[in-house]
Amino acid sequence: MSEELHEIRLRVNGAEHTATVPARRLLSDCLRQDLGLTGTHVGCEHGVCGACTVRVDGRPTRSCLMFAVSAQGHEITTVEGLAEPDGTLHPVQRAFRECHGLQCGFCTPGFLTVVSAYLEDNPDPTEEEAREAVGGNLCRCTGYQNIVKAVLRAAEIRREEAAAAPGGERAAGAGERR
Amino acid sequence: MEFLSPATWEEALAAKSERPDAVPIMGGTDVMVEINFDRRRPPALIDLTRVPGLREWRADGDGVRLGAGVPYTGIVDALGGAAPALAAAARSVASPQIRNRGSVGGNLGGASPAGDAHPPLLATDAVVELASVGGVRRVPAREFYLGPRRTARRDDELIAAVLLPAPAGPQRFAKVGTRNAMVIAVVSFALALDARSRTVGTGIGSAGPTPLRAPGAEEFAAAEFDWEGGAPLPESAVHRFGELVAAAARPIDDVRGSAGYRRHALAVLARRALARAAADYREGGARCA
Ligand SMILES: Cc1cc2nc3c(=O)[nH]c(=O)nc-3n(C[C@H](O)[C@H](O)[C@H](O)COP(=O)(O)OP(=O)(O)OC[C@H]3O[C@@H](n4cnc5c(N)ncnc54)[C@H](O)[C@@H]3O)c2cc1C
Ligand code: FES
Ligand code: FES
Repeated sequence: MSEELHEIRLRVNGAEHTATVPARRLLSDCLRQDLGLTGTHVGCEHGVCGACTVRVDGRPTRSCLMFAVSAQGHEITTVEGLAEPDGTLHPVQRAFRECHGLQCGFCTPGFLTVVSAYLEDNPDPTEEEAREAVGGNLCRCTGYQNIVKAVLRAAEIRREEAAAAPGGERAAGAGERR
Repeated sequence: MEFLSPATWEEALAAKSERPDAVPIMGGTDVMVEINFDRRRPPALIDLTRVPGLREWRADGDGVRLGAGVPYTGIVDALGGAAPALAAAARSVASPQIRNRGSVGGNLGGASPAGDAHPPLLATDAVVELASVGGVRRVPAREFYLGPRRTARRDDELIAAVLLPAPAGPQRFAKVGTRNAMVIAVVSFALALDARSRTVGTGIGSAGPTPLRAPGAEEFAAAEFDWEGGAPLPESAVHRFGELVAAAARPIDDVRGSAGYRRHALAVLARRALARAAADYREGGARCA
């Protein structure tokens, strides 16, 4: 039986994309197969592992639990959209590299998207809070220790950058040590 | 699979009445899992995410009218004071990514006995607002759950909202699960003290074919409780309350836990909830009542 196809327009990492997909195409599959954005990984397809996490209007969301057609009209950010256009890595990416927060890297896109959003709301987490923040993502390699360190380090990098930026004293205020 | 994407509530209701077999989808955190696992092949889906208003809540009399699609994150952020037990339950749901999408409407639509919203809705005597092209009906949560995944909602109806009464005393929610952020509850329990009517509400999750109340425990606690001063309950009364709650459960053995373990855990959760609620009552009682 041939399925009805839908013409969709998606805004991903600030760019407009179009695709022709059946209604049942998952956002995760659409990103990877139709748009060639293979940074988003697919582990379990039932909402548990977190590898497929993208940001939808800023909020971390499982892309395996969303249809591509339903993502229209929303701002999607994938792991490819975290770095600056000139290639400068996002503080969270730098921290994961510095702290060895990854081994095989399968889970990493999910952690990076979750943590990037988390730190915007919680610029100075405790270790306990950092652990809680990544509670919805599974990693089979690292044992999580270095991931938690990377979350704390990323927060530190963000604060350092805020302090260095013009008018940064104020921005860094949120990050004062408790 | 047909994909219906109504832009208004009226269109959504019309779609549901024309296609009662169409499956509504809000956050998708239950529906999508079923589809991905091929456990379900709905002939049609009604995407509710574009319907304005479903993700909003507002004051309604003393209480709150919570749109069916408000994600758990919104409940945690905004309703800690207006609906403490539900907000505590929302905080305990899954992971941040699931809380950003999953909704109370979806919890009620699926009506899994393990859904975390159900015990608080039962304990606080919340009301489910159902709508169809024929009009709106209000069904108390206490009359909503009819059987395993069977509810008072008719096939041509959608869940519009949940009406949450203003708290008139302390509320508590507690849950036992294996790993925080991943796994559905092994058992859960909600308790609400209502100083105005001098009644106690309970809700039990994951320990029966439907979410349950413990009416015997409710009456016992309401009679034993010192509604004037909130004096600590004697150890024996707290213990008896736990027993009555456990006795009201109808758990089964499954991969998440044995029936015996569930009853035991439930008694522990119920004792703690009552003792803590009584302490909350003493501290803030005069203000709540
Ligand atoms: C990894 C993971 C962890 C989870 N952990 C928990 C947990 O800890 N606690 C918990 O309670 N749940 C948990 N869940 C289940 C799920 O997140 C909740 O049941 C959630 O409340 C569903 O809401 P939703 O908006 O995503 O529903 P959807 O998946 O969109 O819908 C669920 C059901 O409700 C129906 N429905 C939705 N909206 C309406 C409406 N307005 N009118 C009529 N019917 C409607 C749908 O047709 C469907 O049958 C988990 C799920 C996953 C994937
Ligand atoms: S692939 Fe989406 S949560 Fe695992
Ligand atoms: S680095 Fe391999 S799964 Fe996390």
